Amino acid sequence: MTVPVTYYVLLSAVVFLTGMVGVLIRRNIIAILLSVELMLNATNINFVAFSEHLHDLGGQVFVFFALTVAAAEVAVGLAIIIALHRAKDTINVEEFSLLKW
Amino acid sequence: MYALIPLLPLTAFLVLGLAGSRIKERAHLVAVPAVLLSWLLAVLAFIEVAQGGVIAQPLYTWLTSGALDIHIGLYIDRLTAVMLLLVTTVSSLVHIYTIGYMHGEPGYARFFSYIALFTFSMLMLVLADNLLQLFVFWEAVGLCSYLLIGHWYERASACAAATKAFLVNRVGDFGFMLGLLLVWTSFGTLNYLEIFPAAHEAANQTINLLSPFGGTWEVSVFTLICLLLFTGAIGKSAQVPLHVWLPDAMEGPTPISALIHAATMVTAGVFMVARLAPLYNLSPTAMTVVALVGAATMVLGATIALTQTDIKRVVAYSTVSQLGYMVMACGLGAYTAGMYHLLTHGAFKALLFLGCGSVIVALHHEQDMRHMGGLKDKLPVTYWTFVVGSLALAGFPLTAGFFSKDDLLVSAWSSGSLGQVLTILGLLTALMTAFYSFRLVFVTFWGPSRVDPHHATHIHEPSNTITIPLIVLAVLSIVAGYVGIPSFLEPVFAHGDSGAAPHEHGAAGLGIMIVATLMGLTGIAGAYYVYVLNPQLPDQFARQWKSLYEGSLNKWYVDEAYDKAFVRPTFTAAAEMWKRVDVAIIDGAVNGIARGIAWGGWLLRLVQSGQTQHYALAMALGVVILVTVFLVF
Repeated sequence: MTVPVTYYVLLSAVVFLTGMVGVLIRRNIIAILLSVELMLNATNINFVAFSEHLHDLGGQVFVFFALTVAAAEVAVGLAIIIALHRAKDTINVEEFSLLKW
Repeated sequence: MYALIPLLPLTAFLVLGLAGSRIKERAHLVAVPAVLLSWLLAVLAFIEVAQGGVIAQPLYTWLTSGALDIHIGLYIDRLTAVMLLLVTTVSSLVHIYTIGYMHGEPGYARFFSYIALFTFSMLMLVLADNLLQLFVFWEAVGLCSYLLIGHWYERASACAAATKAFLVNRVGDFGFMLGLLLVWTSFGTLNYLEIFPAAHEAANQTINLLSPFGGTWEVSVFTLICLLLFTGAIGKSAQVPLHVWLPDAMEGPTPISALIHAATMVTAGVFMVARLAPLYNLSPTAMTVVALVGAATMVLGATIALTQTDIKRVVAYSTVSQLGYMVMACGLGAYTAGMYHLLTHGAFKALLFLGCGSVIVALHHEQDMRHMGGLKDKLPVTYWTFVVGSLALAGFPLTAGFFSKDDLLVSAWSSGSLGQVLTILGLLTALMTAFYSFRLVFVTFWGPSRVDPHHATHIHEPSNTITIPLIVLAVLSIVAGYVGIPSFLEPVFAHGDSGAAPHEHGAAGLGIMIVATLMGLTGIAGAYYVYVLNPQLPDQFARQWKSLYEGSLNKWYVDEAYDKAFVRPTFTAAAEMWKRVDVAIIDGAVNGIARGIAWGGWLLRLVQSGQTQHYALAMALGVVILVTVFLVF
């Protein structure tokens, strides 16, 4: 018996929303970065689920790309966070609001 | 070929206008030959027309749109031919005179370019074969007049006079323009040769003036057309009540006063009425108005001329008065007499102005005749030519002015009862005319010298370029009476059913001739008695009839009245408009919009918090909204 694709989509939606809320409400930049990863992986779940559902391997290939990009992104993101921390001794996102009126 | 008559002065204008700053003191070498050639061609045209026939020549189509067909064309009949001769002759003489008069002036080339432009415009005006061309050049001569009155633009009075001339003319021209529109709506054409044959059928048309307001006021279209067009003539020919600009126009250099403000431009109104005689003949009401306005101007001008002390102003008011004669004659249907007087007046009035100019040059720009006197031995040529001009103006027997004025008064007398009343006014005016013109002669040239002793020692006759035009014009002021101008012009107006019976001279004619001559002689004798034999009399008169004297001296306070009635209220209204409309409403709107935008910007920039999460939230909400919209609709 197979799990219906709807379940995967619901799971993916929950994970995605969790990530999005995390991005919007967390003050710690590392937490935000983690939340972004959650959102990315929520989409990955979707990819895999539909790949299985539609019998198309393209979705699974795409996931590998997404994972690679996410890894690179985390590397760059953490480097930026270190740079920010050196500049302001904090990684609270509210402290970084220079680009305003 | 005849197109060259106006084109030569135009070329001179273009050359001088574009290269005047290089040509400078040689400007007359361009302008004078051009005008002389154009005079020669005008003589040829005159000869051709005199042999019978009419020259009609379309030159150029300006625009065609539906029924509207506007073109520039030449139309030379006898009326145009004599005007051509007058304009080119006086213009040539004035060009030559200018060489001496304006010698060494900084604006020498500019002056020549403007008078060339004026000559072009005036020639196009008289040559026009349609009303629109007439109107365009009617405005063009007005512009030249403005430019030339303001020639010495560094003088505030010259600028004011130029503006005044322009604005007063604008009042008249507005009427003229309405008249043009009415001609267009009534006839569907502006060409003379199409209007005149159609005029008879259209004679009974009426127009309801109050229809926009729901009322009824039927007015004959012809009367309205004629009156509106005549409004233009009132402005241009300085008739009451728009005569005020002409005396002020004397601020311009004297050659201009002779050319524009005596001989040619100011007669354009008379010419226009004569040209449109077939229309005017169909409207007795308009004719009566024309005659009355002319008569009023005639009397008013003469009464003011009696007391003025600036020599150019005396001659200027005399011009106003003489223009009144011509307009009155046209109004009484005596077009031939009016045009005859226009031509002789062109000669002798140009002569008088140029004579004034000669005196003014000799006295180093002194214009007040109370500071003159005793000049006849020092300036013999000027004196004698001036006397000839004054005799012609006074209607002294055997001068041109005598013939034309008699012709005019006799024609007026034979035109009916209104004409007879106006003839009597004309005779009285002739008396005043003779008096003031010889007052001018006696006060300026006779008696003890009252010249500023500083200049008195070296008064001498100006150069030949000034005296030769004077002599030529003096000859013309005599000869013009003998060359049969009336019989030459008669055919032009003969086919119209003019009010005046054609020349039943007879006993009445002879009587008027004698009375007019007596009036002239009395006026001259009176001036001699008052200003030569009893020089203390003028002051006595002035004291005795103080109010009359001061009224005349102050031009019957017309300027003051206009100042109170129109100029001041306009200024006040303009100031109020400036404060209430310009500052409050227009500036307020502009500033209000600017403030509103600044306030909106201030509000909007609060969105720009710099918090990345706010932007992310906005983006997320945007996606939610878009998806919702997409799903729901």
